[in-house]
Amino acid sequence: MYKFGVIVFPGSNCDHDSYHVIKHVMGQDCEFVWHEDTNLGRFDCIIIPGGFSYGDYLRTGAIASLSPIMESVEKFASRGGPVLGTCNGFQILVEAGLLPGVLIRNSSLRFVCRWVNIRVENNKTAFTGNLKQGEVLRIPVAHGEGSYYFSEDALKALEENSQVVFRYCDGEGNMTSESNPNGSIGNIAGICSKAGNVLGMMPHPERCSESILGGADGKLIFESVISWLGFGKKTKSMA
Amino acid sequence: MKEYRVKVEVRLKPVVLDPQGKSVLSALANLGFEGVRDARVGKLIELRIRDGSAESVRDRVDEMCRKLLSNPVIEDFIVDIEE
Repeated sequence: MYKFGVIVFPGSNCDHDSYHVIKHVMGQDCEFVWHEDTNLGRFDCIIIPGGFSYGDYLRTGAIASLSPIMESVEKFASRGGPVLGTCNGFQILVEAGLLPGVLIRNSSLRFVCRWVNIRVENNKTAFTGNLKQGEVLRIPVAHGEGSYYFSEDALKALEENSQVVFRYCDGEGNMTSESNPNGSIGNIAGICSKAGNVLGMMPHPERCSESILGGADGKLIFESVISWLGFGKKTKSMA
Repeated sequence: MKEYRVKVEVRLKPVVLDPQGKSVLSALANLGFEGVRDARVGKLIELRIRDGSAESVRDRVDEMCRKLLSNPVIEDFIVDIEE
């Protein structure tokens, strides 16, 4: 059993969903961590949940990225610990500089809340190891500021490093503009750090990890990190 | 120590698409305002700062902009200081 920490900011609202999936669906140990805490030593994996931290004031994720806990998250990540940010969690990770680029207002200017399809572009990250390259997942999005943006040169480097993890696509895995819910450059739905242990994604895997909710593809992401943690522990004990 | 009034203008870089500006542009056209060719929406942040000199205020506000008030990936900022 592994210990997951779910960070709670003022305005987080996917924290309980994340806790529920980890504790009751995945059967792992899980604890909420208030954003003013600074000790993450006891955790195997950190989740930065969705929501509207600090009311999205200034820019989404901007104020939360300066919370005391974020320095500890940075240290945790730099030691190779797996960190998953979904939706507002992704916005916080880019504002904190743990992931590159930025998330801006949806090109439609509307809040989008619907199921989308995403294609797996990189199955070598801590959170996608149980998935197949090119596999299509069906996961819901719910955001007003999810349009991923990065300058063209920077984007090229990102693609060369295989840091694009998910792209919006149709049900067959074709990248189309109709399947892009927010105008993200390159249909990008999720990216990872260079080392692959930090993943940020706009879709919500914690909202679709049980079939009673209309789909359980999100569970594959949590299963992947549990397998990844098991593999890490095995290699450590072999060394 | 003097008190300075500082205005920080934060705007999207020209290369970044501004959907908010686009929608303002089309609303202006709907109202019948002709000849409006572009609209972009930015932010104005007003600060009152006690400090010894305008130079020191400028340095500190530049740092505030880099660390919090703007996101350098998509935004530029202009600082205006008044005593």
